[in-house]
Amino acid sequence: MSSLAMRPCGDFRTSYKKDNTIFETKTIRLVATLAIAAACFAPLVLDGYFLTLFIQISYLGIAALGLNILVGFTGQISLGHGAFFGFGAFASAWLNTSFNIPVALCIPLAGFLTMAVGMMFGMPAARIKGLYLAIATLAAQFIIEDFFARAEWFSGGSSGSMAAPVNLLGFEFDTDQSFYYIALFALVFMYIWGCNLMRSRDGRAFVAVRDHYLSAEIMGVKLNKYRLLSFGISSFYAGIGGALYAHYLGYVSAEGFTIFMSIQFLAMIIIGGLGSIKGTLMGVIFMVLLPEMLETGVGLMKYTDWGNIPMVTDGLAYIKEMAIGLVIILFLIFEPEGLAHRWAQIKNYWKFYPFSY
Amino acid sequence: MTETILKVDQISLAFGGVKALTDVSFDVNKGEVFSIIGPNGAGKTSMLNCISGRYRPNKGAIHFDNTDVTNLRPNDRADLGIGRTFQNLALFGHMSVLDNIMVGRHHLMKNNWLTGPLYWASPAQKEELVHRRQVEEIIDFLDISHVRKAVAGTLSYGLRKRVELARAIALKPKLILLDEPMAGMNLEEKEDMARYILDLNEEFGITVVMIEHDMGVVMDISHQVMVLDFGKKLICGLPDEVMADEHVRQAYLGLEEDEQLQEVG
Repeated sequence: MSSLAMRPCGDFRTSYKKDNTIFETKTIRLVATLAIAAACFAPLVLDGYFLTLFIQISYLGIAALGLNILVGFTGQISLGHGAFFGFGAFASAWLNTSFNIPVALCIPLAGFLTMAVGMMFGMPAARIKGLYLAIATLAAQFIIEDFFARAEWFSGGSSGSMAAPVNLLGFEFDTDQSFYYIALFALVFMYIWGCNLMRSRDGRAFVAVRDHYLSAEIMGVKLNKYRLLSFGISSFYAGIGGALYAHYLGYVSAEGFTIFMSIQFLAMIIIGGLGSIKGTLMGVIFMVLLPEMLETGVGLMKYTDWGNIPMVTDGLAYIKEMAIGLVIILFLIFEPEGLAHRWAQIKNYWKFYPFSY
Repeated sequence: MTETILKVDQISLAFGGVKALTDVSFDVNKGEVFSIIGPNGAGKTSMLNCISGRYRPNKGAIHFDNTDVTNLRPNDRADLGIGRTFQNLALFGHMSVLDNIMVGRHHLMKNNWLTGPLYWASPAQKEELVHRRQVEEIIDFLDISHVRKAVAGTLSYGLRKRVELARAIALKPKLILLDEPMAGMNLEEKEDMARYILDLNEEFGITVVMIEHDMGVVMDISHQVMVLDFGKKLICGLPDEVMADEHVRQAYLGLEEDEQLQEVG
């Protein structure tokens, strides 16, 4: 991903190791490290509302990164990501309650379990493409949803299942303030994992399969293996995200993991930028904050003249939903390559300022 | 010295009623430059596709390095040491040149989706750097170091051809298949490409099988030339023999105008 942009004159690399870094320059790395360090102190200053938003961003962000590895980097498609997210949530709760495995261990285990299930449903992915694959993964969505409703031993059926809070060395992470750290750690860890994946052998193979599968095969990449593996890794991320969600809320019920959620994940990565890791995070932040902003914005309407019209006051919730739809449509029209692309353009603009052409 | 590296035995390939190849056999010796020529639609690229594994022949067998590769998948053939370039560029358009070439090292590397992401805590980083060094040697050899960070899809045609060659060399192949490496190039670029082909043949010891339309180049650098016409082998031999052959002249090189006039009488 590294390019010539944002590299100050005089920053010459003298070894291949220095040229292979995740961050393009030392400055960016320093800024990122400081940002994470500053984030560690956030619970001391911010109130619960913002922490909740952050936690939401982190578990959705992890799952969305998985989808981006599948859709953006490997060029496959999945309409069942929401179901895998839910599977991770139930799996972690189930492992914890049925086998008494400590929650901290349940979360990665749930990831691997979801990975196995994802690869099972990803089997057709190695053979079909495009729309047909979309339909096949849609089937996965409904089959898994149905499984949640029927398999009471696993999901608790219609009553849902309880998920214990994370417990590490006797300390319970059961408040927003404490769970925030779990979320932050998981987010940073999974994003570094993703960055490293994309700069090592298998990540390159994914992109090769996406860009030109025929020549990828000639170059020695096993097509079926990598298409399946991409499905697996994407489900793994979904599972981890779901497990965090479960142990944060403490209670999982099947209603949330519908096709709507899958489409929301797709919207996140399209808005953020397909095939971009930092774009994924931008898209998730955008999608989480947008309803909140609109909530505030629509709330302000009450105080204008519009507030006297009963149709408007009754329909505030709908106006919010429609506004979200509108923003997504506008995004697809004006910025189809996502926030990551816009970010790069802004960066270039300042780099060449004032000669911005 | 004349050890056979590629043995093509009675290959036939048909798409429905269209016979792309009929009973073609030939041997390629280790260390030589072997050219396939012929008019458009003669089956040259089909032949290359059979060797690299994109097509399975209906009949016949292909032996590479004493192994039967007729029914192997393309990626298994890459492991054995067959690399190729394409006639219509087939680079990974959105990857950087460097990553494109690194994909060529795929089958030589070991880190996977578990060890790769652990990067610093696994041998992955060391492995990446070792291969990076070797890839840089190839980049130096082909003079593309100035574009190594550029996105492959944005390069000019001649450069893309070179990157494709680099990617194929990165496989560490014993046999490299080049499908029209010089198509659409100007004289200077052709000269460069011819030199690269000779260098990789002589210095790296890679056997070359290439399809090319530029007769000057083919006759200059090939050790053996095979002529295909309508899916059949017309002749296979030294460049001079092929040039002198009457059938070849009729089928491919065409008769000179005055010769035609003479024939008409």
